[in-house]
Amino acid sequence: MQIFEFLFPRRTPSATVAKERLQLVLAHERAGRSGPDFLPALQRDLLAIVRKYVEATDDAIEVKLGRTGTASVLEINVELPIAAKAHAV
Amino acid sequence: MATVIVVTSGKGGVGKTTTSAAMATGLAMRGHKTVVIDFDVGLRNLDLVMGCERRVVFDFINVINGDARLNQALIKDKRLDKLYVFPTSQTRDKDALKREGVDRVMDELRAEFEYIICDSPAGIEHGALTALYHADHAIIVTNPEVSSVRDSDRIIGILAAKSRRAERKETPVIEHLLLTRYSPDRVQRGEMLSVEDVKEILSVPILGIIPESETVLRASNTGTPVILDPASPAGRAYEDAVARFLGEQRELRFAKPERRGFLRALLGRA
Repeated sequence: MQIFEFLFPRRTPSATVAKERLQLVLAHERAGRSGPDFLPALQRDLLAIVRKYVEATDDAIEVKLGRTGTASVLEINVELPIAAKAHAV
Repeated sequence: MATVIVVTSGKGGVGKTTTSAAMATGLAMRGHKTVVIDFDVGLRNLDLVMGCERRVVFDFINVINGDARLNQALIKDKRLDKLYVFPTSQTRDKDALKREGVDRVMDELRAEFEYIICDSPAGIEHGALTALYHADHAIIVTNPEVSSVRDSDRIIGILAAKSRRAERKETPVIEHLLLTRYSPDRVQRGEMLSVEDVKEILSVPILGIIPESETVLRASNTGTPVILDPASPAGRAYEDAVARFLGEQRELRFAKPERRGFLRALLGRA
């Protein structure tokens, strides 16, 4: 049986390979395309707001746009120093 | 109110101009007053495919710059009463299609025609963006081949972001997939993406399948839109696409290999 497979290998049709490759690359490209245009600006604005109240470094905020099933999820992580002191407002 | 249709693809050489010529001719054959515009500034070719290259006097850029009136630049087709060709210019200045000028010309055309077909240049630069900006409908011309499908996906994303309808937050541009240079025999052998594959990947409803056909080259050789060739399978497929665009139900021909008679198979004729 193995010698039969060796002599007549069953190859995946090239069209199937094409479809799989396209689905992979397009899933990646679409994710990168969907709206991260505003993320850097949002990050900047959020940082300014946080700084009104506490001292925070430039990289204190991380903004990510993810997806779960049908909804988009905006994930914002703010990292503050342990003894974050409130500014006198 | 006129309907504006952009024929676009991202990738070059997939059949945008052939499709623009065929769709415009098909709509005019059915009695709709139609104009087909060449947006490929610097690389004018629609005039050749439509067979009116020797009648070009003024062009799109002349009208935009106010050097000619619209009616002086429009070329009336000699075969069909309701068909007009609006040629582009051969200037090397790719940015000659200025936004305000194009807007003004489109408004004038909307007042005069039922259908306005915009033949887009390849790529995603200024010319392609200008061609799709005014669209109500988009015909995405795609070959069953990886680079064409990927580029179509890209242009679909651009339609959703950069069209006037997107800018004004109106109902989105209605997309139609037109699969060209399709070879049912190769699909059956697993050598070519099938219509179902492409539909699934791009998730755009199918307007038509245009089979690979020698008659397409013959048509462009002679400057006759392929839809006017009664013996051409591609022409029949375009006729179906026009009918579907106008809301008719038509069975999808050319998706499956043709059952050839014994004699034809023996003679090897397509």
